[in-house]
Amino acid sequence: MSEAPEVNRGPVVTPLRVVIALCLFAPFVAMLWVGSYAKTDPAFIGIPFFYWYQMLWVLLSTLLTVTAYKLWQFDQRGRRNQGGGAAK
Amino acid sequence: MNDGVNGVALAVFIFFFLAVTVMGFLAARWRRADDEHSLDEWGLGGRSFGTWVTWFLLGGDLYTAYTFVAVPAAIYAAGAAGFFAVPYTILVYPLIFTFLPRLWSVSHKHGYVTTSDFVRGRFGSKGLSLAVAVTGILATMPYIALQLVGIQAVLDVMGVGGGEDTNWFVKDLPLLIAFGVLAAYTYSSGLRAPALIAFVKDTLIYIVIAVAIIYIPIKLGGFDDIFAKASDAFAQPNPATGAPRGALVPGDAGQWTYATLALGSALALFMYPHSITATLSSRSREVIRRNTTILPLYSLMLGLLALLGFMAIAAGVKVKNGQLAIPQLFEDMFPDWFAGVAFAAIGIGALVPAAIMSIAAANLFTRNIYKDFIKPDATPREETRVSKLVSLLVKVGALVFVLTMDKTVAINFQLLGGIWILQTFPALVGGLFTRWFHRWALLAGWAVGMVYGTVAAYGVASPTQKHFGGSSKEIPGIGEIGYIGLTAFLLNVVVTVVLTFVMKALKAPEGVDETSPSDYTADAGDPGVKVELPPATAGAGH
Repeated sequence: MSEAPEVNRGPVVTPLRVVIALCLFAPFVAMLWVGSYAKTDPAFIGIPFFYWYQMLWVLLSTLLTVTAYKLWQFDQRGRRNQGGGAAK
Repeated sequence: MNDGVNGVALAVFIFFFLAVTVMGFLAARWRRADDEHSLDEWGLGGRSFGTWVTWFLLGGDLYTAYTFVAVPAAIYAAGAAGFFAVPYTILVYPLIFTFLPRLWSVSHKHGYVTTSDFVRGRFGSKGLSLAVAVTGILATMPYIALQLVGIQAVLDVMGVGGGEDTNWFVKDLPLLIAFGVLAAYTYSSGLRAPALIAFVKDTLIYIVIAVAIIYIPIKLGGFDDIFAKASDAFAQPNPATGAPRGALVPGDAGQWTYATLALGSALALFMYPHSITATLSSRSREVIRRNTTILPLYSLMLGLLALLGFMAIAAGVKVKNGQLAIPQLFEDMFPDWFAGVAFAAIGIGALVPAAIMSIAAANLFTRNIYKDFIKPDATPREETRVSKLVSLLVKVGALVFVLTMDKTVAINFQLLGGIWILQTFPALVGGLFTRWFHRWALLAGWAVGMVYGTVAAYGVASPTQKHFGGSSKEIPGIGEIGYIGLTAFLLNVVVTVVLTFVMKALKAPEGVDETSPSDYTADAGDPGVKVELPPATAGAGH
């Protein structure tokens, strides 16, 4: 699955869009690499690492998705202004 | 367990249940449109929901009562392996960020109500659309049945529903009443009913989790004690297998299973008809993107909830049926009145998704079986009537399922349903981004995935079951144990790609694509995309 252009102006792949893709892709690397977090230490308030680390990633992935969302809006605005007037 | 009825808890439960019943019927008047006799109105709430309603609706829809009972139950039974639900729900949101807005746009532009509508429009293939529709209905039915299992667990712990010796009618009467009420307001109010009730459900759930995660550890002496006790319990050998019962952290062998289950489930979630119904009811594509940034709050809650499984072990909850572990924990730990609130949260938590699922399955039947194959000239009013009736039938079917068959049958089918629904991914998500895939190749890939998944799941034995004993099996060629659904999905993709090359070489007819590239990016307010679709869209010639 690739990021699809919503406003079809300008190049499809831009540095901004690469950053968006990375934001969306990072959680997959972190979560599917189970070996990186399958351990009990260090514990946090008595909760083993395995559990609090994944819950931390709920927050991290949310921040990343928010970032992707904001960047996407920025990307779209930029393209609309470039073309002038209502986009699409 | 059945040591008498917990009167206070039951009273609180009934209070909340009555409250949402009234709301369910009043919901018909909420944001009512001029013409309520169209499928857009009844089945998609007029496609009018904003960010917050959509958030509650999707949250209420995806995080079901069964989830609340089953995830901690899995932790209670085996430890770490059950926690895959958390990475699973983490991965869902970046994933849907990429494709769901496109589905929203094209569906609004063409008046699609179901995913099968889209598949038929995109690939010009009624056969492929039928395959997607049937898969959706098959996967949804056992899911509805499991919602009933969730309500049953709560009723059991409250002491209503009786013991083994009461006759079946008295035993099942509370469940029959609950479902009768649910069926009645879904029939009259459509998607508006679960949307409104979801507010109550989620508020209750958040309150219960917030209290549970602070109050119970204090009573049990902190997380250190809880995990120490759980660790001891997991080290005890399972009498059936002789192996330890579980582990706090997945071992090397379990890591593939953990990752493939998380990924496969994440890919599958938004293939379920009820997820799509809730998505398409939103007002604009921005609502969907914004929701991918706020829905993870539910994942956090799910993670906290999963920890309750450890608390149940530490609190010494002993149940034969793991599904009862969490309701029993609430009953043991909380004062009666608050246990009632917690039970109400689970009970209402079952009603919201059950309503949405039955609407989604009914829409699939009406649009992609009834209209496509039985009565092509059905008017929107007729469509709505058929959908309402089918939503009743679907629920009655689920009820019969739960009352007449063993619970494990529902669980087995739910497991299969997850594997099956994932096989519609290439047609749906593939179709959203490219028209390269050939329709016949997609159909063949789907069939191969379905057959492989079913056969493989049939062959999995567990200490208690000869077949359907689990959802993971050795991945051919890799040798690790992985989620069957994901293996079937990969096979499906390989077959689809190879056959697409073959079909193109043979110049097999491609079918007519009624969509155009700009349809996938259209937003509310653009030409041809009305914020509220007129009822005529359903009959506008596709």
